[in-house]
Amino acid sequence: MEILVCVKRVPDTSENEISVAGDGKDIQRDDLVYSVNEWDNYAVEEAIQIVDRAGGNVTVVTVGGDDSEEILRREMAMGANNGILLKDDAFEGSDGKGIATILKAVAQKSKYDLILTGAQADAGAAQVGGMLAAMMDLPYASLVNKIEIIDDKKLKIGREIEGGNQEMNEINLPCVLSIQTGINEPRYVGIRGIRKVASVEIPTYGAGDLGLAASAVGVAGAKVKKIDYFVPVLGDGAEMLEGSNEEIIAKLIELLKAKGGLK
Amino acid sequence: MAKEMYFNKEATMVRQAVRDFVNKEINPHVDEWEEKGLIPLHALFKKMGDLGFLGIRYDTKYGGQNMDYWAETAFIEELAAIHCGGVPMAITVQTNMATPAIVEFGSEYLKETYLKPAIAGDMVAAIAVTEPGAGSDVAAISTYARRQGDYYILNGSKTFITNGTQADFLTLLARTSDAPGHHSFSLFVVPTNLPGFVVSKKLDKLGMRSSDTAELFFDDMKIPAENLIGEEGNGFIQQMMQFQHERFAVLPMAYISAKNIIDRTAEYLKGRVAFGKPLITKQVLRHRMSEWLAETEALRQLTYHIVRMKENKMDVTREISMGKLLAGNLMNKVTDGCLQMHGGMGFMNEMWISRAYRDSRLLAIGGGASEIMSEIIFKMSGY
Repeated sequence: MEILVCVKRVPDTSENEISVAGDGKDIQRDDLVYSVNEWDNYAVEEAIQIVDRAGGNVTVVTVGGDDSEEILRREMAMGANNGILLKDDAFEGSDGKGIATILKAVAQKSKYDLILTGAQADAGAAQVGGMLAAMMDLPYASLVNKIEIIDDKKLKIGREIEGGNQEMNEINLPCVLSIQTGINEPRYVGIRGIRKVASVEIPTYGAGDLGLAASAVGVAGAKVKKIDYFVPVLGDGAEMLEGSNEEIIAKLIELLKAKGGLK
Repeated sequence: MAKEMYFNKEATMVRQAVRDFVNKEINPHVDEWEEKGLIPLHALFKKMGDLGFLGIRYDTKYGGQNMDYWAETAFIEELAAIHCGGVPMAITVQTNMATPAIVEFGSEYLKETYLKPAIAGDMVAAIAVTEPGAGSDVAAISTYARRQGDYYILNGSKTFITNGTQADFLTLLARTSDAPGHHSFSLFVVPTNLPGFVVSKKLDKLGMRSSDTAELFFDDMKIPAENLIGEEGNGFIQQMMQFQHERFAVLPMAYISAKNIIDRTAEYLKGRVAFGKPLITKQVLRHRMSEWLAETEALRQLTYHIVRMKENKMDVTREISMGKLLAGNLMNKVTDGCLQMHGGMGFMNEMWISRAYRDSRLLAIGGGASEIMSEIIFKMSGY
């Protein structure tokens, strides 16, 4: 099975304190530590496991700058066979539809049986997988937390639904699935893998290589534009506990007792 | 970031891989291991060996990764982010203290039989030099290996041996001659499954509590002669060279830990209000921390200089001794000062700073005390 996994380089929330930048248009990005989007990492692991069972290849692809190459190499060190970097100044400022447009163009350059995305990335919009499927006229399932291969035409997939409930579906191949965390236990990256991929050439494609008009992607093609970025004003319903960790813990215990959460 | 000036992409990937492993496989268990006074080394090392973490610089022929000192430095820097000193110490015993002499002077047999499994994480290693009557004065050791046909008969004892209760083999320094001078010592690989090996005691320590430290006893142990590392009589020199790898490992531990400790203390001071204001506003505390930050950065830069020298195959004994001296002093100063800034809370065993204070005290003692480092620096400076 030929599998394409779409991945993104995002700020690592376990390593960074995220704050809003002065101009309110973005988060403060100076000195941030980046890593692969967590959902995407689960998707890559799932793809590797499918290929281990059924044969084939895993290709990881990302839209980004030179820095994004590091996450492609990381996922290749984990076990993905190929990486593709989609880099062009014209791609900058793309909205979800723009990213899906770019990914569609690269997906159509080869024949993939399965395309995986993470359920969402740092912006939390969760739209690229669905849009990509619609643009390619492929079946789509979101929040997938289980994949079984029925045959080379069909998969059986589990989806996490409201209230922690589970549904099972059959879906025709080729298809697009957005992967939920917890579907597997992503493997660690070993140094042998790192060494193996260190000098592998990663092909880079720009708008021209993909036959994309610059006006269809990036800021020019974006129909959704971020106009403000801020931390909401505290409402009446929220109480921020202040003080040292010990003081906050003491207050929290008091509150939980008062509200019946602790007996 | 400034780090990118020194570490290439591969070393950066090693860093991220180790960080991921530390965050998921080590840090969640540290409190339990500290309480038990034991790290499950065989299980942990197997996982690390599978990922190639235990032989970063070593030859691929023996399962190593054949990478440079920058990759090793990135590895050690990430180990320094473990939430105690005991676990990184146990790991660096395996990578930097008990195996370098086998790599540099050991026979093919020793490399195949002991180095390869140590790199794979199938064997736990320990370094056995210190004795009840010989610490910094290494030449005063009395454990004796007497040649008898194809064997050496080993008698004596070793103490303060990290990984000592779990080790599958010891890299051990013993006297092989009564003659005075440094050519009366030899290094051996001593398997711990041979008759005559006794773990006399697991030692109770001020800090590094998760790490098992043992007193070992050798009673007429028959060690095959092929377990001699290099030539008989060269052990003292070989161990002095092996010490350089051990002491080097202390440097990244110190500057990374010091920076983390200062960062966490600053966070604490932001939230700790006294006399109507957060303590972080007190200039006396800010300036003290700034001095430590400057010294921490200076130690980091000395370390990077040493790495460059190592890459150029230069003798780094003087610089490593300087770094080790500074590292011990810095950690004593930072942990003591930061504990003070935590007030009464800092004195509580449950507080992380209390553990850092206890663990870091060893840095100025183990692997060659500060006083020995000072002597080496002085002698090597030509006075």
